[in-house]
Amino acid sequence: MLRMFRSVIAFVGLLQLAMLVPAHGQANDDAALRGEIARLAEADFRGVEAVVQSLASTGDPAVTSVLRALRSGDVYWRKSDKLVVIGEKAPGRSLLLTDPLTGEEIETVKKRETKKVKVNNTLRNAIDAALGGLTLRASDPAIRMQAAAQMFAKPEPKALPALDAAIAAESDPDVASAMRDARAVLILKSSEADKADALDAIARMVARGDAEARNALASITSDDAEITEGAALGIEKIDTSLRYWGYGQNIWQGISLGSVLLLAAIGLAITFGVMGVINMAHGELVMIGAYTTFAVQEFIRNSAPGLFDTSLFIAAPLAFLIAGTVGICIERGVVRFLYGRPLETLLATWGVSLILQQAVRTIFGPNNREVGNPSFMSGAFELGGLTITWNRLWIVIFALVVFFALMFVLKRTALGLQMRAVTQNRAMAADMGIRTGWVDAMTFGLGAGIAGLAGVALSQIDNVSPNLGQSYIVDSFMVVVFGGAGNLWGALAGAFTLGIANKFLEPFSGAVLAKVLVLIFIILFIQKRPRGLFALKGRAVDA
Amino acid sequence: MTQALVKRPLLNTRGIIFLCVLAAVAFGVPYLNGAGALPDYAVSLIGKYLCFALLAIALDLLWGYCGILSLGHGAFFALGGYAMGMHLMREIGDRGVYANPDLPDFMVFLNWQELPWFWWGFDMFWFAALMALFVPGLLAFVFGWFAFRSRVTGVYLSIITQAMTYALMLAFFRNEMGFGGNNGLTDFKDVLGFDLQSQDTRIGLMMLSALAVAIGFLICRAVVVSKAGKVIVSVRDAESRARFLGYRVEGYKLFVFVLSGMLAGLAGALYTPQVGIINPGEFSPANSIEIVIWVAIGGRGTLIGAAIGAILIAAAKTVLTGLYPEAWLFVLGGIFVFVTIFMPRGVLGVWDSMVDEMWRLRGMNPRERRLKA
Repeated sequence: MLRMFRSVIAFVGLLQLAMLVPAHGQANDDAALRGEIARLAEADFRGVEAVVQSLASTGDPAVTSVLRALRSGDVYWRKSDKLVVIGEKAPGRSLLLTDPLTGEEIETVKKRETKKVKVNNTLRNAIDAALGGLTLRASDPAIRMQAAAQMFAKPEPKALPALDAAIAAESDPDVASAMRDARAVLILKSSEADKADALDAIARMVARGDAEARNALASITSDDAEITEGAALGIEKIDTSLRYWGYGQNIWQGISLGSVLLLAAIGLAITFGVMGVINMAHGELVMIGAYTTFAVQEFIRNSAPGLFDTSLFIAAPLAFLIAGTVGICIERGVVRFLYGRPLETLLATWGVSLILQQAVRTIFGPNNREVGNPSFMSGAFELGGLTITWNRLWIVIFALVVFFALMFVLKRTALGLQMRAVTQNRAMAADMGIRTGWVDAMTFGLGAGIAGLAGVALSQIDNVSPNLGQSYIVDSFMVVVFGGAGNLWGALAGAFTLGIANKFLEPFSGAVLAKVLVLIFIILFIQKRPRGLFALKGRAVDA
Repeated sequence: MTQALVKRPLLNTRGIIFLCVLAAVAFGVPYLNGAGALPDYAVSLIGKYLCFALLAIALDLLWGYCGILSLGHGAFFALGGYAMGMHLMREIGDRGVYANPDLPDFMVFLNWQELPWFWWGFDMFWFAALMALFVPGLLAFVFGWFAFRSRVTGVYLSIITQAMTYALMLAFFRNEMGFGGNNGLTDFKDVLGFDLQSQDTRIGLMMLSALAVAIGFLICRAVVVSKAGKVIVSVRDAESRARFLGYRVEGYKLFVFVLSGMLAGLAGALYTPQVGIINPGEFSPANSIEIVIWVAIGGRGTLIGAAIGAILIAAAKTVLTGLYPEAWLFVLGGIFVFVTIFMPRGVLGVWDSMVDEMWRLRGMNPRERRLKA
């Protein structure tokens, strides 16, 4: 069965190869081409243009070299026998003559023994169009695609016949579609296209529906009412769909920003929620995660460059451990002494954040550090009218994975159970035998570890500098305050709401003002619901 | 109980000493400067520290007595500074680079055609001086009215005050706001006809700052020793209980918040002409938190301690950033941690316990002694 399958594949492959080879004989073709090329000798501008057109209409890629040479003024004919050749400047006012089709060297002659085939601008344009048409027949589909795109961007109505021929011969459906798009633009550009064709072209542009298609429609100049009306309607349709795609893009960017905020804020949400502690050093723990990624990548670059793509998988657990350890140290060394005094905790952790910042600045220097994207995270892809970059997509996925993993820890593990108990009623939890001090340390470590993970993600989209943490700290506080402390769902809702709101405001007000407006909105929102969207209810809250 | 009913004097021994030291600085520094014992730049530096001291006193009234930790007091300070800076910009007149009599240089640079409405009136000194108090006061009133009415307290309030100053910083960074964007306001020439570059003006400004600290201290002290001051302290210690006893807690908090904001604005207005620049960096949350540490290190709820803390830290910053720029953040961070854990009552608190200990050794109950004083 497998063997049969293989042979079928082989057969199909052979078929495709066969299709690539031109059906008619190579020799006949050559003779015809040479006949055409020979006419360049002693031709005037009009004569040369005729030759160019006929060469282009053969659609044979072999003529591209002649046309290119012609365009740059390197085609000559020998006075002695009127042989048309390509001349290359050689030392001593002489020319190295080569065959226009095969490129074989013929001889080196004095320059005065030859005469140049002259071209003017009109001719150059004609040659450009012809060349554009010719690359449409190149054997590599990528080049054909490029040619079609180029024709779309710089439409030249004269190339229409060549394009039609190319479409007829095209086997790759994607390239064919791109060519038909280009054809539609050419028809819209040309003045003598017939009405049915023009209307078809408009319909095709509307179906394409991007900004370029809109430009093509906008440039239509026609006397026919039906065509202009169709174009206007088309533009309107495209505008509408572009607007919706624009909203989609905003939502996507908002989700992306939201996922970053979520990562930065959930660690904060659990420390604040469980312990009532505002950890101002949270941003610096994020920074530590980012620098861990940098250090891991440096190590891999120097010792095992082949493993670069796996760097993030090594960095993530490492960042979790390092940031978590630092977090536990902060809890045991500072925060522990300040329970019940939340404002003092805030100040002390701020002091810790200053120390961490300066420590990183001293070790790694004050400048931005470059953290590379692994191959699976670089680049982008198109989804309808949306452009989605891989790194953003992975970060959204990563944020959700971290979120649900944390959810699992809280709901399904012993530590989570104890943490929730301490959140709800610390005194009673202690009476039930829960070591609240230990739970606090673990909670703080967990929150710090997640901050480290956030740092790994942020290193992929932001500058890694000692100020990295500072730039996110206010935003992540806003998420926690907006969503309600001590509630993961609150953090999720808060992060995505703020992210999307920010991105929706940006086009109207600019990035900075959007941020200001969101901050003002939160300040007002807090008035209405002082404990956030998802407030914990009960007496414990008022403690 | 008896202690609560004793009417405390406006000036206790410590207050009198503080005012005397201020007077000594105000008159001693120019004298030393004239005698060549103090370099010229030190006078402006001391003037700057005095502005910080006033700012710290303002925050201490709010945090030390009313229990409201504002992480956005730098915003009020900066707004006062901007109000004064706007006047100084208008004073430049046609002596700017573009020699435009009405528009400050940065507006000409940005191709603005006319003065925006919020710059009107700032050519008059009295108006600018009024605005330096009014604008911070208004912001404090609006913000406080919303926040206290809906009973946003504790860390939540701290966080949103931080958000407030952060939002203002972002806004002031924008060129379109009309406050000089990134560069802020600078290149001042003179104030009320006095050249800002001359040493006499600088000495005058320093003495004015000392006077402002004294007035600010007396105002705060008057509030603290009044009956309202008792309610304010009770709000700090047991807000719900004060409310249940029938006091309008929001009103008291709002009063303290606005007063504190206006004093901070005054400090800012004096600060700008002495340092010669005001820019959006003054709004940064880090600056505001630094003010808090001044108060914490001096001893909160003492007013004088706040002023001492401000001057100590600011002087340490000047010295250390000059000698070991790398070390400054380590030191500052260390101070934050150390003070909150080991010196919750600050320098003055440590001093008090030492004095008490001394009296106890002499066989006297420190509490009785304090009642007698």
